[in-house]
Amino acid sequence: MNKIANKQAICDVLLQESEHDQDIVVLCSDSRGSGSMTPFAEQRPKQFVETGIAEQNLVTISAGLAKCGKKSFAVSPACFLSTRSMEQAKVDVAYNHANVKLIGISGGVSYGALGLTHHSTNDIAAMASIVNMRVYLPSDRLQTECLIRALLKDGEPAYIRVGRNAVEDVYDEGKVPFTLNKATLLRDGTDVTIIACGEMVSAAKQAGELLEQKGVSARVFDMYCLKPIDRKAVLKAARETRGIVTIEEHTAFGGLGSMVSQIVCAEHPVRVTSLTLPDEPVITGKSQQVFDYYGLNAEGIVRAAMELI
Amino acid sequence: MVNLQEKTWQIRQDVVTLIHKAGSGHIGGDMSVTDILVTLYYKHMNCSPENQNDPNRDRFILSKGHCVEALYCILADKGYFPKSDLDSYSGYLSKYIGHPSDKVNGVEIGSGSLGHGLSYSIGMALAGKMDGAPYRVYTVMGDGELAEGSVWEGAMAAAHYKLDNLTAVIDRNRLQISGSTETVMAQDSQEERWRAFGWHVLSVDGNSTKALDFALREAKQIKGRPTMIIANTTKGCGVSFMENQASWHHKSVDDEHYELAMRELEQRRAAAHEQDCK
Repeated sequence: MNKIANKQAICDVLLQESEHDQDIVVLCSDSRGSGSMTPFAEQRPKQFVETGIAEQNLVTISAGLAKCGKKSFAVSPACFLSTRSMEQAKVDVAYNHANVKLIGISGGVSYGALGLTHHSTNDIAAMASIVNMRVYLPSDRLQTECLIRALLKDGEPAYIRVGRNAVEDVYDEGKVPFTLNKATLLRDGTDVTIIACGEMVSAAKQAGELLEQKGVSARVFDMYCLKPIDRKAVLKAARETRGIVTIEEHTAFGGLGSMVSQIVCAEHPVRVTSLTLPDEPVITGKSQQVFDYYGLNAEGIVRAAMELI
Repeated sequence: MVNLQEKTWQIRQDVVTLIHKAGSGHIGGDMSVTDILVTLYYKHMNCSPENQNDPNRDRFILSKGHCVEALYCILADKGYFPKSDLDSYSGYLSKYIGHPSDKVNGVEIGSGSLGHGLSYSIGMALAGKMDGAPYRVYTVMGDGELAEGSVWEGAMAAAHYKLDNLTAVIDRNRLQISGSTETVMAQDSQEERWRAFGWHVLSVDGNSTKALDFALREAKQIKGRPTMIIANTTKGCGVSFMENQASWHHKSVDDEHYELAMRELEQRRAAAHEQDCK
């Protein structure tokens, strides 16, 4: 497998597409290196804008460019982009229907030991709470590529969170099932459903296999589309399986677990167990160490699933 | 040729009438900013209902979005929508809300959250540079707004990118909702501040269409730098009992004050008309 970070997949797509589309513009806030956008900055200098460490300016300039026909990609650490410039995302991008794709890089706890200032564990909640803002957390480089290609076709705002590190492929090259705003079914099952997003999808996939070994039939969804969430997939799972486990690199407030629970409670109540980060600064460690400490891994999902059935 | 000074008094009459009818509005700032907007819309900007979808039209952003009444009255006067549409201003289900909305014909972007307009204009000016487009971008900010940190992020970026297709105007009326700008958050001297950031700076009488016209003409000639016009204005300009009173920041007029204000503005309008006929 070809292990590259999802953010690098974004740069690759934008480089390819900008070869014939001069309206694609990438903006960074001193984040071209951390955002894997250096190749774009070097190869497309006329379509690249540096704003310096000024996220508010980054987002509003992106919106101004968009209102004059550009397809803006504002690339900045998810922790700052999602909340420091939330006001600009709300007013200048979303309220004004500006064609800005906010790319939150090094999302969740990817920055590891750099600590809470650099973690974005409430970005789904923050961005999803904005009227007219879509929220996506792709799972691997292949799905990221499909997502960015799909989003290049529309003119509306979206927030896309990707991690810092290269992750294992979830999908097979050349055969990525992808329909925009539809959850991707990774495995069908009848006993329990696992719904994951972002980097947690690969743990969910693994948990599906582990459960099978225990004789439990698990349905596994990659819910990369947090908003608009695939309600149909959630409700079908609620009707057809005995319970749902959600897992996300985010706190419990306003993330995937909250959204799934809201849908299920309103229309077809079943038990939902949400595996999330805690409501406190996380322990110091690399991403995987943090995930393992809080049970955000395949074993944690299996435990939760077994309790539900 | 429009008599600009006469137009400013006519627009102020429209504004006072609108706010009197609606029962609310940022009347003090509307009165101070009117000359700036009139000089832009009737003399300098290449934008009209006829070319509103032309990619080469000039762009305008009212960063001090609360002075929307002055903007709406001008857009109506220019024919972007019928004047009678404003009868619903601030009313139930109306699209004419208390800050510029992009649902309104002629409004480029919805604004109202302070400190955003400059950065928005920078994005538009950068797009113009990328495309080699001839349009210019204008934004009007309030002086109270300058306490927003994002303004200074924009101040840096506009000079960094040498945006000589961008002109910003500060409506320097020296009052904000809580009182004098110097008491709330001292900001003298704006001229030195913007110059230090690399802007071409002009300081003019902001209630004189002649002075504003002159400054806007100069801005078009400046190369390699954005221009900042500090428009020194009087809040409530044109209505004696409103002038320099922070209490008129956001307020409506009762019937008695409405008559008084309209009479004063009519006198000024007539005088400007007279002068033009001479």
